[in-house]
Amino acid sequence: MVSTTLHHHPPRSLSRFLSSSTTTKSRSFHSKPTQCSSQPITDKPPSSTSSPPQSQILSIRHSLLSRHVTATQLAESYLTRLKLTEPHLKSFLHVSDQVLNEAQSLDHQIERNENIGPLAGVLVGVKDNICTMDMPSTAGSKVLENYRPPFDATAVKRFKELGAIVVGKTNLDEFGMGSTTEASAFQVTANPWDVSRVPGGSSGGSAAAVSAGQCVVSLGSDTGGSVRQPASFCGVVGLKPTYGRVSRYGLMAYASSLDVIGCFGSSVADAGILLTAISGYDRLDATSSKREVPDYTSQFISTELLDSKPLKGLKIGLIRETLDNGVDIGIKSAVLGAVSHLEELGCTLSEVSLPSFSLGLPAYYILASSESSSNLSRYDGVRYGNQATADELNALYGDSRATGFGPEVKMRILMGTYGLSAGYYDAYYKRAQQVRTLIQKSFKTALDEYDILISPAAPSAAYKIGEKKNDPLAMYAGDIMTVNVNLAGLPALVLPCGFVEGGAAGLPVGLQMIGAAFDEEKLLRVGHIFEQTLQGCRFIPPLIADCDAQ
Amino acid sequence: MKNSQTQTATQEKQQPPQIKVSPQNHHTKTKPLDEITQNYEAVIGIETHVQLSTLTKAFCGCPYNYASQPNTCICPICMGLPGTLPVLNSKVIEFAVKLGLALNCKLSLNSKFDRKQYFYPDLPKGYQISQFDIPIATGGHLDLDLPVEFGGGHRRFGITRVHMEEDAGKLLHSGDGAQVDLNRAGVPLLEIVSEPDMRNGIEAAEYAAEVQRVVRYLGVSNGNMQEGSLRCDVNVSIRPIGQSEFGTKVEIKNLNSFSSVSRAIDFEIERQALLHSQGQGDQIFQETRLWEEGSQKTVTMRKKEGLSDYRYFPEPDLPEVILTEEYVDSIRGSLPELPEVKRRRFEKMGLSMQDVLFLANDINVAQFFDATIELGADVKLAANWIMSDIAAYMKNEKLSIDEVKLTPKELAELIASIKSGTISGKIGKEILFELLAKGGTVKGIIKEKDLVQIVDPSEIEKMVDKVLSENPKQLEQYRGGKTKLQGFFAGQVMKISKGKANPGLLNKILLEKLNAKS
Repeated sequence: MVSTTLHHHPPRSLSRFLSSSTTTKSRSFHSKPTQCSSQPITDKPPSSTSSPPQSQILSIRHSLLSRHVTATQLAESYLTRLKLTEPHLKSFLHVSDQVLNEAQSLDHQIERNENIGPLAGVLVGVKDNICTMDMPSTAGSKVLENYRPPFDATAVKRFKELGAIVVGKTNLDEFGMGSTTEASAFQVTANPWDVSRVPGGSSGGSAAAVSAGQCVVSLGSDTGGSVRQPASFCGVVGLKPTYGRVSRYGLMAYASSLDVIGCFGSSVADAGILLTAISGYDRLDATSSKREVPDYTSQFISTELLDSKPLKGLKIGLIRETLDNGVDIGIKSAVLGAVSHLEELGCTLSEVSLPSFSLGLPAYYILASSESSSNLSRYDGVRYGNQATADELNALYGDSRATGFGPEVKMRILMGTYGLSAGYYDAYYKRAQQVRTLIQKSFKTALDEYDILISPAAPSAAYKIGEKKNDPLAMYAGDIMTVNVNLAGLPALVLPCGFVEGGAAGLPVGLQMIGAAFDEEKLLRVGHIFEQTLQGCRFIPPLIADCDAQ
Repeated sequence: MKNSQTQTATQEKQQPPQIKVSPQNHHTKTKPLDEITQNYEAVIGIETHVQLSTLTKAFCGCPYNYASQPNTCICPICMGLPGTLPVLNSKVIEFAVKLGLALNCKLSLNSKFDRKQYFYPDLPKGYQISQFDIPIATGGHLDLDLPVEFGGGHRRFGITRVHMEEDAGKLLHSGDGAQVDLNRAGVPLLEIVSEPDMRNGIEAAEYAAEVQRVVRYLGVSNGNMQEGSLRCDVNVSIRPIGQSEFGTKVEIKNLNSFSSVSRAIDFEIERQALLHSQGQGDQIFQETRLWEEGSQKTVTMRKKEGLSDYRYFPEPDLPEVILTEEYVDSIRGSLPELPEVKRRRFEKMGLSMQDVLFLANDINVAQFFDATIELGADVKLAANWIMSDIAAYMKNEKLSIDEVKLTPKELAELIASIKSGTISGKIGKEILFELLAKGGTVKGIIKEKDLVQIVDPSEIEKMVDKVLSENPKQLEQYRGGKTKLQGFFAGQVMKISKGKANPGLLNKILLEKLNAKS
């Protein structure tokens, strides 16, 4: 009752916020009343009703502004769940000890009727290859053990300025190199749907943390699928923006021409709100785009306002090559189910062929490894990080790197060094760049004809921990669905669309939607409508259902 | 009277002026060596690194000052901390285009940056951002005039390429081992690669001096070799005269003055020629040698083990460098008159090559000279004043021409006042030093000190009469045949005129009186 009243007669502080934000970025998230949970968020953020996922960010905002809940109470509820689930999941490498302090100071601001940022009180998990000031940032590597950067990554700085709180640093495959998070130098993260399975990777910690409600949203990085594949494995929304949409400043480089910072949320709206917060030109990143950032949140129309065919006229291309052999049958049927759902919403579905698709995987591994061999040269033990005791210079280099890097990283550095070597450059690096151009062109052609392209996010659901650890080629092959998108620099959204058998409650399957460059708006609009109208699916992992029951 | 110390490669500002080159170098060795070297031709190419005087570094906002305390001009970006990215300072492009145009190069409208990869403690990222296969400028040339004392002559040396890159830091060696100073890391450089067109140490040193002149004219670098703002690595090989293929190339580093460039090359030519003549040509290795100033020798620094593989690839953190024709044209339009053009113009004014080289050496001196003659001053007189008394004053006081109080207007006025006879040359010199030190105007000083020359014959005659009547004894001696005493009388007259009597008139009247029948 109280909250309904508030929706119609917002308190002064809310109207002040909506009219003009006091934060340095004047971005406000205009909410439609029906989008927000009418129940205040307490200790059960992921709604346990069968209704579609709601934006936790908007609910938090309303709860705080209505004084229904304090930021401290909110933070405590997340931290409690984090403490309960973390022994099973190990998604965090570091949990901030400042969360409650920051929440309390936010509460004081609210008490004093001061303006609060649009992300006030939102707990964000940050992948540990993204720099955070006064907090360890290790990239999951021994070579950076205990390293604390003297600055925040631009993306982190931006969401902090809007009031969000870093809850901690999430686990990853060392420097983002891996698809399971098993290649972390510190710990193996488990999948909240089945703790004997991997959460995917390399942003496995960020995906698992959102899936398990350990934080509201999280940042990951996506070089070849590292946001989208773990989103698929963990049943959350993963958004890989267009290359250049989000500043890479503060993201420890793996493959600079492919790396992007991406967002995880439990709803499309949350991923989109986080994207709005972190997007935009940054003078510290020469590859960031000067294009204006649209307000992505305007795409999140209430389902009640939708007509029966809300996506009428939208042309969707299903990438034929992504349903070839090698894709699990259960994945295929889940994706075909999603196709039917999109058709019901009014879309026109056709198959589209991208003949260069299969070339993407080898090209990706050559380019990513080549760039990484260069990007990781700076970890030499001279200025920071792991420094071996050595008598002479070459031994200092050799030993610092031998003891600092894990086997997957070493393998990629070796492969990349080879690919760039005199006599091999033309056959490997240069050829791979030519393939990249072909792939960009074929996507361009397809996206001139179709509004969006769809495919599975991964050829299988989450597999067992250890299953592919000693078979790198099998693991690399799992990236077939995602790497082409990075080579083309395009935006893609992965959202849960169904289940396959496995674990106690089935395993989630992600649908990948690929858009034209800088057309995140369309992806978010389609994704939101898809999500809000999907029937009979709840993507709440059994682990937190258990925890919440305690 | 004229100071003939034309500033050439062998005489840098900061150097004591009398460092002589080549011929004196091997006074201990005798004729046979000269005869040996005569049978060989040296082939010399130079790589010059020019540190740009931009306010901030190439890829971050750090200012750079040469003498700063170690690691005080650094930030996360130039330290290569994880997660940092380079963003190009647009001044670097502007300076590169300026230099490319000044070196008569073809500019690449689409160039890019590449990563040059190697490990060294002063290289914080493990790679240097540089340009590899598409440098910003290629295929130019540099014209220069050799100093008269080395036989003179005009030379044109080819420029292979000019590219942009970042500097590395420095290793500081102390008792406890080496420490890294990253102040210099990320400072922008332009690397200029010459064609192998030079044949001896003088030519190479003069090439380097002309590069210094050009970068100073352009204002893109202070060109200071001692501070390392201009660094030359030379490649030297020799071949028997008449042979077309090149000999084994040796690189020489640690050349921090033009004279060391010249001397190191001449040493190296002799070393290689001696080995050849003794049938030990195979003992010339492709290697890097260091010039040792103390022993005046080159010594092996490191042997090259095949070609280093720097695994260049395009720098993914930086967009391509795209120049528009309009941009290039606007920069071309803003270039100053370059040394070569200036020298040709001065030459046409009738100045000697020695004068030309002196005046064109420093753009500010040249501008001072130009401004003076534009005000109507006699070309030769203006040149002489600048090269003698003004240059000497600047040298003694360690001032540049911009720092002295004298203006071109007053120099022109001074020259005109002497020419018109208002003041004598001697008084002129006094006024000059007053102007240099304190400023003011020629007219003001003349008036203030009552220095106008006495040109009235009757007034001079009165003074002559006075002197003759006061010195009857000397007059008698003169008339008795001791005509040398004329100088004594002239001096006495000048003394009572306080130096203002016109010397010509004075002597004329004096002679008439002395020789008049009594």
